[in-house]
Amino acid sequence: MKLTGAEIFIESLKKEGVEYLFGIPGGAIIDLHDALYRQDDIKFILTRHEQAAVHMADGYARATGKPGVVLVTSGPGATNTITGLATAYMDSVPIIVFTGQVPTPLIGNDAFQEADIVGMSRSCTKYNFLVKDVNELATTIKKAFHIATTGRPGPVLIDFPKDVQVAKAEFKYPETIHIRGYNPTYHGNPKQIRKVVKAIASAKKPLLYVGGGAIISGAHEEIYKLAKKLQIPVFTTLMGIGAFPEDDELSLGMAGMHGTYRANMAIQYCDLLISIGARFDDRVTGKVSDFAPYAKIVHIDIDPTSISKNIKVDYPLVGDAKLVLQEMLPLFDQYSSVDWKEVRKPWLEQIEKWKNEHKLAYDMQTDEIKPQYVIEKLAKLTRDEDPIISTEVGQHQMWVAQFYTFKKPRRLLTSGGLGTMGYGFPAGIGAKFGFEDKPVYVIAGDGSFQMNEQELATIVAYNKAVKTIILNNGYLGMVRQWQQLFYGRRYANTNIEVQPDFVKLAESYGLKARRIRKKEEVEDALRELVAYKGPYLLDVIIAREENVYPMVPAGASLNNMLLT
Amino acid sequence: MKRIYSIIVENQAGVLSRIANLFSARGYNIESLSVAPINEEGLSRMTIVTEGNEQVLEQIGKQLNKLIDVIKVIQFGEEPFVEREMALIKMHTDMNTRAEVLRIVDIFRGKVVDVSHDSYTIEVTGDSDKIDAILSLLEPLGIKELARTGKVAMIREKKR
Repeated sequence: MKLTGAEIFIESLKKEGVEYLFGIPGGAIIDLHDALYRQDDIKFILTRHEQAAVHMADGYARATGKPGVVLVTSGPGATNTITGLATAYMDSVPIIVFTGQVPTPLIGNDAFQEADIVGMSRSCTKYNFLVKDVNELATTIKKAFHIATTGRPGPVLIDFPKDVQVAKAEFKYPETIHIRGYNPTYHGNPKQIRKVVKAIASAKKPLLYVGGGAIISGAHEEIYKLAKKLQIPVFTTLMGIGAFPEDDELSLGMAGMHGTYRANMAIQYCDLLISIGARFDDRVTGKVSDFAPYAKIVHIDIDPTSISKNIKVDYPLVGDAKLVLQEMLPLFDQYSSVDWKEVRKPWLEQIEKWKNEHKLAYDMQTDEIKPQYVIEKLAKLTRDEDPIISTEVGQHQMWVAQFYTFKKPRRLLTSGGLGTMGYGFPAGIGAKFGFEDKPVYVIAGDGSFQMNEQELATIVAYNKAVKTIILNNGYLGMVRQWQQLFYGRRYANTNIEVQPDFVKLAESYGLKARRIRKKEEVEDALRELVAYKGPYLLDVIIAREENVYPMVPAGASLNNMLLT
Repeated sequence: MKRIYSIIVENQAGVLSRIANLFSARGYNIESLSVAPINEEGLSRMTIVTEGNEQVLEQIGKQLNKLIDVIKVIQFGEEPFVEREMALIKMHTDMNTRAEVLRIVDIFRGKVVDVSHDSYTIEVTGDSDKIDAILSLLEPLGIKELARTGKVAMIREKKR
């Protein structure tokens, strides 16, 4: 029996196990919505902006590990997805975005709501397609899911012209797919693995550098085993937070621009840096020429282009982090007679010293609410409920990274690579769709929150108990901090005191909301927020000019930290 | 340092744009680029000449390999290879220069492929040095128009 393109679309998504589509309808995609209307398997989540729809799919994907799927219309619907695509591309998140397109005979004619979205999205997708023939639709969808979810994951876009949606073809969904130019390397080269094992075993001051790739590949258990077995201290990047329990004695927390003193010092004095699924981003390395000056570098990554891109690597090892570590771990059995605790003692003692020299700290003696205090309190109150925390971008994001103790992977959703303000709130909503019974907290700044606040409607419409905390300082705080420290306190265009009353705003959408201004209110308000069964927004008026420390100024080397 | 990449790609819409975009987005320079289908159905060969330090060239090779539409990347360097380029050169000619132009064309084993009262169009093939050499000789005689194909290249078969 022949099916229409719209029906093939739905049947294909069912084959892929898709539960939700996030998006907004429009003229060029109305046939798909008509087909969606006539079935119950796939739920369409109507957002209020296409950018937010992509972030929701992204949050869903990061939290669950399953691909997130978006459906939007042509023209502006499609162009609004660009920021979401670029965000997902930078952080290697598997999402598939379907965009409506004008009928194929009109493509190129500047038709109403026509945009060359395939051209525009080429540099912020892992791959993209324009489907011109309904007979190729099912195979194209199969390819899109395959490309998005394998190798180094990433966003894939399918442009879907209106005439292809109504044209008919036999539906046959391919069981497997082979793309001849696409063969990611999963297993490590055995010879190279042996070299790396030897290097690790003979290092005096080894250090594990764990990035987002470790979370994507699910390598956290293997990393834990490696670290514990050989007593190697571990730091993570922002994207790697949760890949190693931050309450473990070997954890150094996050490194980099706002990393801990001990992690940054450890980098500067280690003799072997073992990078797993990280890409030596400038926010981690600081001044490249001064980075880890005494260290040989091991780099395990599934993407060969990440290796030796920024920093020359001594032991490149291409492969999936989890598989490579599984292949590597048994090889350490040959050193079973070594007492690693004893061998590591001087190095771990040095690290302990750094740990005690400069702990993450803030002034606790004020009446004002310190944002770090809010995060610490929230971490305490939610310790047993294993929540998902989604952040926006800016100072609050760094405070979360520093002061919320993460113990498991896929619990922190944050835009690391692109640094997209407006990401966190919709991403948290998306995660809530993935985990009905898991608490989701969105920690936002007042600037970021305003970039996608319209999604308050979405959480009310679907009654999602997303709890939002706005750390409100009336500034674009991170930029203001730079202006204070490096631009002579000239606060150019960072004062955003003119803002909505967030409590009234939330209430106008039908949310429960509250505002606090004093430190003694924090605990009570957070308890209320945590206990409340429904969407809730807490507007926390914080110390206005609080800064994020430590801070490595952009382009400085890691041991040049501003500490207060 | 200059390098020639020969890239076998899927012959489909958008491939050229993906490759060009890779170079422009990462700030790499394309000195020349040629593309045409090869004997295997559905595939094309692109020959790109680019310049950069060792690290940049290594990245370019990896980035090209990463593209899903790219089947194979051959970097010309160590192994002996043949490279050729073709140029069409339209010359202003008059009674004084016609003979000299023909002599030069003859020395370079070029061909005159079109003639008018005051012009010759010359076809010449060879490695890029040879093309540069004939151009430098013809230049003073009055080049009207020039079209070069850009390099194409292949690894030499091993001789027994």
